[in-house]
Amino acid sequence: MAKHVLLVEDEVNIIEAIRFLLTRDGWNVEAHADGGTAMNRIRERVPDLIILDFMLPGKNGLDILRELRSEDRFVDLPVLMLTARGQEQDRELASKAGADRFMTKPFSNDAVLNAVRELAPN
Amino acid sequence: MTSLNGLVLVCLTYVAFLFLVAFAAERAAARGQGGWLRAPIIYTLSLSIYCTAWTFYGAVGYAARSGMEFVTIYLGPSLVMFGWWWILRKLVRIGRAQGVTSIADLISSRFGKSNSLAIFVTAMAVIGVTPYIALQLQSVTLSLSVFAAADASTTFDRSTAAFWVAFGLAIFTLLFGTRSLNTHERQHGIVIAIAVEAVVKLVALLAVGIFVVWGLAGGVSEMMTRIDTSEIGQWQTDRARWVTLTLLAGIAFLCLPRMFQVMVVENDDDRQLELASWLFPGYLLLMSLFVVPIAVMGLEMSPGANPDLYVLTLPLTLGQDELAVLAFLGGFSSATSMVIVASLALATMVSNHVVLPIWLARQETQAASVSGDVRDVVMLSRRVSVGLIIGLGYLYYQFSGGSEALAAMGLISFAGVAQFLPAMLGGIFWRGASRLGALAGLSVGFGIWVWTLLLPSFGAGGVLPDTVLTQGPWGITWLRPEALFGFEGMDRLVHAVWWSLSLNFIAFWVVSMFTFPKPLERLQGAQMVNVLDNAPATQSWSATAAEAEDLLIMAQRLLGSEEARALFRDEAIKQGLEGELAEPTPAFLQRLERELAASVGVATAHAMVGQIIGGPGISVEDLIAVADESAQILEHSSQLETKSAELTRTARQLKDANTKLTQLSVQKDAFLSQISHELRTPMTSIRAFSEILRDTQDLSLPDQTRYSSIIHDEAIRLTRLLDDLLDLSVLENGQVTLNRATGTLKTIIDRAVQAAQPVGVDPLIIMRTPDAEDIPLETDLDRLTQVFINLIANARKYCNADDPELTISVTETTGRIVVDFIDNGQGIPEGDQMVIFEKFSRLGDNDGSGAGLGLAICAEIMERLGGRISYLHRSSGTGFRVEVTKAQALAAQ
Repeated sequence: MAKHVLLVEDEVNIIEAIRFLLTRDGWNVEAHADGGTAMNRIRERVPDLIILDFMLPGKNGLDILRELRSEDRFVDLPVLMLTARGQEQDRELASKAGADRFMTKPFSNDAVLNAVRELAPN
Repeated sequence: MTSLNGLVLVCLTYVAFLFLVAFAAERAAARGQGGWLRAPIIYTLSLSIYCTAWTFYGAVGYAARSGMEFVTIYLGPSLVMFGWWWILRKLVRIGRAQGVTSIADLISSRFGKSNSLAIFVTAMAVIGVTPYIALQLQSVTLSLSVFAAADASTTFDRSTAAFWVAFGLAIFTLLFGTRSLNTHERQHGIVIAIAVEAVVKLVALLAVGIFVVWGLAGGVSEMMTRIDTSEIGQWQTDRARWVTLTLLAGIAFLCLPRMFQVMVVENDDDRQLELASWLFPGYLLLMSLFVVPIAVMGLEMSPGANPDLYVLTLPLTLGQDELAVLAFLGGFSSATSMVIVASLALATMVSNHVVLPIWLARQETQAASVSGDVRDVVMLSRRVSVGLIIGLGYLYYQFSGGSEALAAMGLISFAGVAQFLPAMLGGIFWRGASRLGALAGLSVGFGIWVWTLLLPSFGAGGVLPDTVLTQGPWGITWLRPEALFGFEGMDRLVHAVWWSLSLNFIAFWVVSMFTFPKPLERLQGAQMVNVLDNAPATQSWSATAAEAEDLLIMAQRLLGSEEARALFRDEAIKQGLEGELAEPTPAFLQRLERELAASVGVATAHAMVGQIIGGPGISVEDLIAVADESAQILEHSSQLETKSAELTRTARQLKDANTKLTQLSVQKDAFLSQISHELRTPMTSIRAFSEILRDTQDLSLPDQTRYSSIIHDEAIRLTRLLDDLLDLSVLENGQVTLNRATGTLKTIIDRAVQAAQPVGVDPLIIMRTPDAEDIPLETDLDRLTQVFINLIANARKYCNADDPELTISVTETTGRIVVDFIDNGQGIPEGDQMVIFEKFSRLGDNDGSGAGLGLAICAEIMERLGGRISYLHRSSGTGFRVEVTKAQALAAQ
């Protein structure tokens, strides 16, 4: 059974790129642009990994992460955060809110793959 | 018959005699044998310069014209002399204590040594006295003409004669009065010459009177019947005029510069006043004794002749040549003594208050040594001033035509100088009087005098046009010179005197009440008002126990209670006294002064101790030093105030700037992270897909094409973003240069629609009204096109209707052109309408095609173009309104 990754991201091209990479690595990729929908989906079906964009329209990535970590069953759910803002304080905020890994856009594909493999080993 | 030449010779001999007397007096004074020169009788006689040629000749004329009214001219001064204890005594004391040199000096030094006030008083005095000097010239000229008329051998031209009379008087005055410099030394030569002239004019008038009564009328009782039957006896006296004239004569007696000179400046001690207080009224009585008889006989014997000259013409027509010459000398004496003293008094004022300050100020800037030159300058300026003042009198005589009756001219002068009274009396009796009050009173009084008396004196159509006299200036009737505030039917002189003096007093009082005198004014005021209370000066400090207490109270105020008590206790112990009230010994007073000086300055401390101890009067130097100190303190404190206000302002500015910087910094951070986000996002796609293309061997061809085109699109998006950013930055900094050109609105919309056209199928239908669009305008066509492109592209991108439509409608209103872009989409949620024109305000836009800068750029562009863009609040669809001001449109036409 392929592992399930939930991608929360509002840029269609970036979704397509990540989907391409992870699908070829054997992942089942589900993508949502909207934080609210993503939360509902997570509750319905807990993924093996969440890739979360920092800046989203509506509810932003940091809020989603905090909401997630406030529920016991999601405390250990691995989360990889992506951000395009490139500010050092964001890394701190993310780590405090409970992100397992933090990557700045633009990223190298290998780095993403390695991080994903590390966070959710087979 | 006495020839004119003979008369001139008599005059010259008389003048030579006067010189001799003056010279002898000065020699005697120089040898220390001049005690008799200070005799009260000489002082009394010198006061007789009040009786000028006007009184000598004019009183008779006055009586012939207006009956007994002439008596008021003698009555006023007599009353002042009788009441010498109240006013004159004080004036004389102040004059001696302060070394006053003139009435201008008195007023200016009372009001804080104000030189502006001195200049003002000087100018007023010169203007006020000029008619009076003209009067003397006229009387001498007239009297000469009487002799000339009887002398067929000479031709007589009045204007030439007046010139030579003026010239002779000027020379005479210069020789007499400007040889010695020191105004503080008594001018013995002049005083004695005036005394001699006083005797001559009295003797002359009495001689003519005796001749008239006993020679012509035939005795006293005969004379009385003639007077009773003459029209002079029937003259009705107007009570208002009578009171006014008496008052005016009294005031003028105090305020005339020449009277002030002989009465106050030349006074040596109070005994002189005591004698003069009854002797001078006696002199006036004698002078007026035969006025009526001469007038009556003149009217009777030569009805057509000028009544001002009866004193001369009566003896002449009856062949009494010697008596006529004596009468002429009497008149000549009256004129010369007046001109000499008046011009000298005025010259002293002009020289001390106008010439010297200017000269000293110039010397200061040139930094030259002073002492040696001053004497020459003072002498020269005084001589030139004498010449100028007599010259002015001559000019007035020529200009006024010499036609006025003597008495009228004299009264105008009286009313002019009377304006000094409020400032002078207020100054010496009221400590609350202030410089500004004096200035206000003087200007008001003097202005009204000029308007109601001096200008109308030249006659209707003289200086003032006839219409001003009858209808007022600019038709303002209540400003008519002879009916001020609508008071009609009053005698011109009474009207002028009461208005000018009462408003003068009121202005002086009111302004004084509302202004605060400077320290020097207050000190001078105290000195002058209390001049009679001051104990005779002693050189060393001496004090009583009561003063010791006063000293302690003063010291407590300045040093603080504890410190002052400690000081007095300490001193008391030193003096071996019980208690804490040290005796004010000279040594202690010095110590006290030193202590006080630390807090209020040396001069003030000295002055304050002096006031309490009543020791040597405060000198002028002390007062000036006080003023300097106060001025310095004031200046320092005002500087400090300014500085502190400046600091407060700077601090506030800094705080504001800091807040602004903080805000800017926050904004800048937000902006930078926004830009970072907008740039990194397309770059992320580009990098990811280029790595996919590079690293993936088995990529299908359609995938390869697809990923390449994503890279391509994102690269374009990146470029456009950079372009927008640069565009916005240029617009915001105002560095953009607008390329104004003319075009029509239609072509601009055409271009925009075309440029916004997508490559493929366009679902958006654009509705236009081409006819309305045909409006010429001058603006930056490319920029306006850019705005339109943006709006059309937005509609295309965001209009979510099934059959998207965009309506572009144009309306022309007064002042501007309005272009509306309205689509049939769902519109923008109300909460978001506020932010759409802000940078990066992308609303739910997920396709990544825009960075949210478009509308921000549009707003900036419209602002640069002098128009605006706004969101149209509508029930359906999204609408934007672009407004272009009409000025731009009109400019094209």
